Amino acid sequence: MLTVNEIPNRLPYTKPFLFVDKIQLVTESTIEGCYTFKKDEFFYEGHFRERAVTPGVILTECCAQIGLVCLGIFLLYGKEETFGNFQVVLSSSEMQFLLPVYPLETVTVKSSKVYFRFNKLKCEVKMYNQQAQVVCKGVLSGMLRNGDI
Amino acid sequence: MVDNEERLARLKEIVKTYLPEDVPIGNVELESNFVTELNINSAHLVDIILDLEDAFGIRLENDDMDKMQTVRDALNIIDQKLLDKE
Repeated sequence: MLTVNEIPNRLPYTKPFLFVDKIQLVTESTIEGCYTFKKDEFFYEGHFRERAVTPGVILTECCAQIGLVCLGIFLLYGKEETFGNFQVVLSSSEMQFLLPVYPLETVTVKSSKVYFRFNKLKCEVKMYNQQAQVVCKGVLSGMLRNGDI
Repeated sequence: MVDNEERLARLKEIVKTYLPEDVPIGNVELESNFVTELNINSAHLVDIILDLEDAFGIRLENDDMDKMQTVRDALNIIDQKLLDKE
């Protein structure tokens, strides 16, 4: 059984594009994880010129890495001993952004599965800040595959 | 019991939603291959299958998706699933 601590190690991302610190909870239908935006993330240099704000695309990416990819890894490999050549492609995203996220903020992503069929995982995701306010929410879908199959 | 033309019409209506902008619905024929001719991506092919399941009250399995290459294949699978249900 894949534990919450092992899931992030299975991610195909690395710095500076890894936006998962920890998975706190995972089931067959939900996942919860967090990430703290470092002071010197590469995108703060240009977004914006005068004031650092986390770009919406990065918030979406963080939601996708925790809510879609980590959950997908658990669904594909949670009960297996071996781990194949995991591949993932984001196929659609529909997000709303409600509050800004600044450097050094810790966000928590909660995701619940709408369906996982024919290798397509569709999830409803919500990202919360430390004040437990929703900063963004939406629906993400991706195709997940064990490349060895 | 819906006849074949009716089924084809419902299938086309579903496929229409997921066609790329540069592929007109008129291109959808019985022998059209969803992926190579109609340029439908794998994520949208799943959407089509889920919509077909709802529209016809059937359930498809992974094998069915592998077999569903053309519009005719899809109609055959729908026929078979509806027969199995009876």
